[in-house]
Amino acid sequence: MGSINIQKTKAIDQVNTQERVSRLFSRSIKKESKMQALYLALSMIDLTTLEGKDSEGKVKQLCYKASHLHYKHPGLPYVAAICVYPTMVPIAKKELEGTGINVASVATAFPSGMADINAKLDEVKSVVDAGADEVDMVISRGRFLNGDYDYVSDEISQVKDACGKAHLKVILETGELVTLDNVQLASDIAMEAGADFIKTSTGKVSPAATPPVVLTMLEAIRDFQLKTGKKIGMKPAGGIGTAKQAIQYLVMIKETLGDEWLSPNLFRFGASSLANDILMQIMKQSTGQYQSKDYFSID
Amino acid sequence: MNQRIDIQKTYKLFIGGKFPRTESGRYIKWIDKKETTVVNICRGSRKDFRNAMVSARSASSGWSSRTAYNRAQILYRVGEMLEGRREQFMAELTLQGLTNKQAEIEINQSIDRLIYYAGWADKFQQVFSRVNPVSLPYFNFTLPEATGVVAAIAPDDTSLLGFVSIIAPVISGGNSIVILASESRPLCSISFAEVLHTSDVPGGVINILTGYRSELIEHFSSHMDVNAIIYCGNNIDDQKLVETNAALNVKHVIQFPIQDWSNDKHQSPYHILKCQETKTTWHPIGF
Amino acid sequence: MTKKQIWDYSPAPESTDHIQLKDQYDLFINGEFIPAVDGKYFDTINPSNEKKIAEVAEAGKADIEKAVDSAQKAYEKTWSKMHPKERGKYIYRIARLLQEREREFSVIETMDGGKPIRESRDVDVPLAAAHFFYHAGWADKLEYAFPGRVAKPLGAVGQIIPWNFPLLMAAWKLAPALATGNTVVLKPAETTPLTAMKLAEIIQEADLPPGVVNIVNGAGETGKFLVDHGDINKIAFTGSTDVGKYIMKSVAGSGKKYTLELGGKAANIIFEDAPIDQAVEGIINAIFFNQGHVCCAGSRLYVQEGVADEVIAKLQKRMESLIVGDPLDKNTDIGAINSKMQLDKIKMYVKLGKDEGGKVHQTACSLPKKGYWFAPTIFTDVSQSNRIVQEEIFGPVLAIQTFRTVDEVITKANNSPYGLSGGVWTDKGSKIFKVTQDIRAGVIWANTFNKFDPASPFGGYKESGVGSEGGIEGLSGYVNLV
Repeated sequence: MGSINIQKTKAIDQVNTQERVSRLFSRSIKKESKMQALYLALSMIDLTTLEGKDSEGKVKQLCYKASHLHYKHPGLPYVAAICVYPTMVPIAKKELEGTGINVASVATAFPSGMADINAKLDEVKSVVDAGADEVDMVISRGRFLNGDYDYVSDEISQVKDACGKAHLKVILETGELVTLDNVQLASDIAMEAGADFIKTSTGKVSPAATPPVVLTMLEAIRDFQLKTGKKIGMKPAGGIGTAKQAIQYLVMIKETLGDEWLSPNLFRFGASSLANDILMQIMKQSTGQYQSKDYFSID
Repeated sequence: MNQRIDIQKTYKLFIGGKFPRTESGRYIKWIDKKETTVVNICRGSRKDFRNAMVSARSASSGWSSRTAYNRAQILYRVGEMLEGRREQFMAELTLQGLTNKQAEIEINQSIDRLIYYAGWADKFQQVFSRVNPVSLPYFNFTLPEATGVVAAIAPDDTSLLGFVSIIAPVISGGNSIVILASESRPLCSISFAEVLHTSDVPGGVINILTGYRSELIEHFSSHMDVNAIIYCGNNIDDQKLVETNAALNVKHVIQFPIQDWSNDKHQSPYHILKCQETKTTWHPIGF
Repeated sequence: MTKKQIWDYSPAPESTDHIQLKDQYDLFINGEFIPAVDGKYFDTINPSNEKKIAEVAEAGKADIEKAVDSAQKAYEKTWSKMHPKERGKYIYRIARLLQEREREFSVIETMDGGKPIRESRDVDVPLAAAHFFYHAGWADKLEYAFPGRVAKPLGAVGQIIPWNFPLLMAAWKLAPALATGNTVVLKPAETTPLTAMKLAEIIQEADLPPGVVNIVNGAGETGKFLVDHGDINKIAFTGSTDVGKYIMKSVAGSGKKYTLELGGKAANIIFEDAPIDQAVEGIINAIFFNQGHVCCAGSRLYVQEGVADEVIAKLQKRMESLIVGDPLDKNTDIGAINSKMQLDKIKMYVKLGKDEGGKVHQTACSLPKKGYWFAPTIFTDVSQSNRIVQEEIFGPVLAIQTFRTVDEVITKANNSPYGLSGGVWTDKGSKIFKVTQDIRAGVIWANTFNKFDPASPFGGYKESGVGSEGGIEGLSGYVNLV
């Protein structure tokens, strides 16, 4: 079971963090480096559908898109994973067979996390049994804000055990945590308790992923690596709809953690409409013409 | 011969950055002294005032949290836009009874007054803050802070200069405002809304109503979400009503009797201060 | 040699085809561009490639006489007779015209001085415009600035500015002088005259009455003629402490007023409870921003021993991502050193630091062959007695020491003939107020560094100068309070 020595949580200055973000975002990524970044970003997407109205048909169509992003431009990578609700895992698994694209499932009473621990563990086990490669859990924010860090940490460790070989992403729901100090602390708790990835948001709460929050989490990952040698992955989710934003985050990763993290093994974008905007930018780069949404499939 | 028929202007209200008609559908017929021109002005209602208040409140925190430099630039831009529309205002001022010469002076002064208060937006804080030498180991500082939403009854005897002289210090200080235009000379205030609309002033920061004072003064002065009330006029009953109603939620009361706004002694950073709160903060000094 | 990366940034050059630059610039006197009386010109080059950009007229004694004469007449006949609010409107015009031309000015500033385009675009030019805008508003409000006193202008003033922020320094000097009702003769630095010349063009376009601002170029000798001229009532100077002292001696006994903004060797202090990642970024901004050509640079780092290893390790890592290169590339963080002379000085100090036993760490970046370049450098194993800790280097070189207690570091921070600026990094509010109270410097940044605003006074203690620039305090240097 993990526990946190609270006195050691580091101080964070919000104004300076925002300034660092602005400095990073002033990088000008053009020509070959832009094309490289676009391809890279594409390969890091967890194509997501998490609606109450999701159905078998919807998931099948999304899975097809995952491996057929834009036939008019050959040589494009596949996205990294599809992310769905637990009941959709078997369908996604079947559709994606042979593509190498992972199936990620949310679990633990997503998005609120307001359920009994045993119910949550059962849910995790069932999605793992159904073949999910990755599990995206939510932390208990109420407990966190209450100061019950031990509970939060224990819960993550238990879920990690229940994941077996599946890799675990821990969603902090940073929009509800509000301050960067809280984001920092929650990141530390999650990593100490066994997270493979730390993730910003469920996408159901606004604000979702914001640049200062992402930077804070990347710096927490860096400190964790310095302390333990372990490399933890990061996933911003929600609110990332444009290629420009995605490239800005790639700059942030590169200059905070280094090129090693520029890989789907250590970084993902939780997004739905991002893929098409990246495709439009790729087409613009290769043809020189600004594009229209009409030419890119919407699933 | 074929004479060109011109398109006559509809004078609407200015609320939340938009130009709605009064929800009451009523109008006031304004006629110039020579009886050549008839204009239908909106007869603003208490519901219009209520809507304007909602806009003003929702715009006020964004406006006061902008940098002072940004507010200064926006106010300067209002001056730029007014300068560009001299002819339009000349025409309205002369229609409302001024000579060409008087109209020109009034426009010049109105523009210069806007520039004057634009220049104060990022300076009044330096003049009116203090670090106080308390006799305990604390850093103690006093700052002015925008009071929030100001309701104002504009001077009746001027169409533009008095109107601008009331609005500019209020918003230079970071507040938002709902202002009732002159009843006898309303034209320039609505045209002024057009200037605001093209000046990067966020919607809701300035809201302009036309209508009868007698119908609206009760609501302007009694609304529980107004932080400060400005009344311009010499009517003793109105002055007393404003002060009495202000007591309902302890509004700040600012009274301006009829005065010659063209005199520069009537522009001052102290007018900004009238719509500011004062906050003092203590912080220990020590290792 | 730099490690091979998965993803490198491609060149992102700022376009220069839209700028208007003449081959030759004359002296701006009495509202016109005229050649020097003896017809002399000197070259101004681009320090990133050593190529000549333009020729600039060099003002001799006769030209200074003309310029001062023009400033005086303009003061007596026009400027002092104008209503203050109209003076303000002229200054507003300059601010707005500069805003309209921001990109062109940024490009020329970068070409002439070597600083990265990102800095001139995002910092120098906008801040210069803001200075004019802020001060324009004071022109008709001086009665509120000085309780119990009436502020009267001085007349014609002389101003000499340095090469590290050419346009910004021109704004810092011109704006308050004009706002308080004075007229000006300004001498830019000889290695960076161009943006001042472009500013002269804006001044013409703004229709500023002739002679209110005169801009004359030249080197030390030209400056001397200006300082010595009997009809100049005040000298405003920003530059080295040595020249500042020279000016003080020159004007001794003459009754001339002066304000001096001189050198510095600021202490940047990081406590154990500081926000460490942000403090590391603060160190970078304090010493490597503008290639370290900053009088208020945080060139002495004091880090509390308990976090020293972490800070230095993170600092070295962060330095690796600094991009040194073509100043016109939008991704460049560190541009060219302004001149050969300055580069030689920096090299001399770094060698000295090594000779004195300091341990050097430099980033492994490749430097271009042409032009003047120096890699970001830090020294550890140095102490208060090292010359590189005491003397101003004016380059991207940081001297790092550790400290144990707060009173130790305050003593060390103050142990310098300079007193321009300082930095304090801690999460504890009371410590900020106490340490900032005890440090003997004119500008102290808490949990930040190198922040400037026209409303915020800037000036030094001790050998860092006398007087302030910016805010109400900055106005006082340009008026007599009666």
